[in-house]
Amino acid sequence: MKTIAVGSPSRTDAPSGSLRTKLQMMLPRIVLAPSFALVLVFVYGFNLWTFFLSFTNSKAFASTHLVGIANYVKMWNWTFETDPPSNWHTALVNMVIFGGLYVGFCLFLGLALAILLDQKIRGEGILRPIYLYPLALSFIVTGTAWKLFLDPRIGLEKAVHDWGWTSFHFDWVVNPSKMIYCVAIAGIWQSSGFVMAMFLAGLRGVDSEIIKAAQIDGATTYATYRRIIIPMMRPVFLSAIIILTHLAIKSYDLVLSVTGKNPGGAAELPSTFMYSFTFTRNQMAVGSTSAVMMLATIAAIMVPYLYSELRQKRT
Amino acid sequence: MSATQLTRTVSNREPARHSTVTRVVIYTLLLLFAVVYVLPLGVMVMTSLKPLDEVTGGNMFALPHALTFDPWVQAWGEARIGVSDTAGINGYFLNSIKMVIPAVLISTLLGALNGFVLTKWRFPGHNLVFGMMLFACFIPFQSVIIPMAVILGQVGMLGNRLRDLTGSSFGLGDPIVNLVLIHVIYGLGFTTLFFRNYYEVFPTELVKAAQIDGAGFFQIFRRIMLPNSTPILIVTVIYQFTNIWNDFLFGSTFAAGDTSPMTVALNNLVNTSTGIVEYNTNMAAAIIAAAPTLIVYIVGGRYFVRGLMAGAVKG
Repeated sequence: MKTIAVGSPSRTDAPSGSLRTKLQMMLPRIVLAPSFALVLVFVYGFNLWTFFLSFTNSKAFASTHLVGIANYVKMWNWTFETDPPSNWHTALVNMVIFGGLYVGFCLFLGLALAILLDQKIRGEGILRPIYLYPLALSFIVTGTAWKLFLDPRIGLEKAVHDWGWTSFHFDWVVNPSKMIYCVAIAGIWQSSGFVMAMFLAGLRGVDSEIIKAAQIDGATTYATYRRIIIPMMRPVFLSAIIILTHLAIKSYDLVLSVTGKNPGGAAELPSTFMYSFTFTRNQMAVGSTSAVMMLATIAAIMVPYLYSELRQKRT
Repeated sequence: MSATQLTRTVSNREPARHSTVTRVVIYTLLLLFAVVYVLPLGVMVMTSLKPLDEVTGGNMFALPHALTFDPWVQAWGEARIGVSDTAGINGYFLNSIKMVIPAVLISTLLGALNGFVLTKWRFPGHNLVFGMMLFACFIPFQSVIIPMAVILGQVGMLGNRLRDLTGSSFGLGDPIVNLVLIHVIYGLGFTTLFFRNYYEVFPTELVKAAQIDGAGFFQIFRRIMLPNSTPILIVTVIYQFTNIWNDFLFGSTFAAGDTSPMTVALNNLVNTSTGIVEYNTNMAAAIIAAAPTLIVYIVGGRYFVRGLMAGAVKG
């Protein structure tokens, strides 16, 4: 007969016995420990390390010489340096433009497509995968495709000229002041299908009784959506906005591929700023400071969200 | 919100009643968007099948006149990438495969074990551990990249020493090994999340019964959990495969030249500033780079979407 005191699931206060049983009881925690240790060191430890570096005068190599908040003061001043704009100022302005367009259009297109798809249409099984496939592509491939598509010499502008509309002008992808809009176009194309999928799942979860009741009361389809269904999508809006915002802040590859390695820093974002200051301009301390800013922004968005999601589950 | 709601095409709702005009508008809009989503990839494919003069001289929307597969042959085996001597992208494609297979397998297995511990062998503080691992999914990698570079530099030097002493570096400092390690670590949060949420609703009674029968931790995991995990295994493998294959930031930072993964090589090929831009070859290379994840998407689309949703909406 085997003993059943080998540690019961979801309980930790099982009676302790021999060393063997103790080990058996510890086993699950021993299994989890390496993963947790890796995360502790490589995520939290490294974040702290980067935080530490932001208070040093590190240049090409990591240094331990502390300079207080000098790097933060420097970046604060750069934030308002507009003539000529500092790279950090450009990065922040671009972040607002890109982030706003990306989140806004993804939400709008995602919701619109989801509502259209939810009208009992034929061929949903063909259309839905078409809206979603860009998600399987890497940002580099997406950027390469859009760079070609928008290239005025061989892409859209030239095609429209060939069709006879010769005054058509669209050179944003090679125009430094407009490049960031092209990055946004490519980003929206890539991610809107994902938002569509989120909204579609939300719409499919709406209780049909509510819609029937609204229709019996004489509400038009438009009114039903505007007054009842879309307000019910509030949790989906929240999730989508948070996920999209965090993706926008992390966007890096897309900028490089759409613009062709971000010439002159025209399409600078905090992510590219961090990379170029750290690895090409040998200003590691400034790079770390910008990384800390990115991390702090994302933490401010994600931590409350994850906390509420985990709490919801428990109750 | 569950993904089954999304894939359920036939809902229990009454069919939406629309006039013919409304239906025409709905279908027109949906088809219009389908065209917009397909166009960039379509143009890419057509460009890759045209000779260069037809690309630079013709309309990008036109079908190829002189159909050619030369760009594909060029891209795969002959094109020069950056300053590298190796011809074509085949070597980089292989690098990505060598990186992605171990990284996916290890992170998935660890995720499954972690999920099992976090649901069926709970200990005080299990939610905190999970929360900390979950937040790790969302950090901007810019905030860990400098410490990672420092550590990997040290490991590389150790590897060189070992090679001098023993004739082999035992993989220390090897870029592919480094990337596998990185992708395992930063993938752990998501894989743990997937399995935790899946095992949360797995009947604990089965685990308890197996324990009473004398089964140990790993026996239960292997005989009971794993055989019942096929859907979530597929979801996790697809999710990890797509993410790791498409990574650019880590690949471009920690691998250089001939050891680069596919995305980095593609970016170098497309943005080479010397000579004529061979758009057709670039597009063929981009499609080759996108092919593995696209094929996975086409074959396992249902699981692909499930993974995306699970990664975004935890509730």
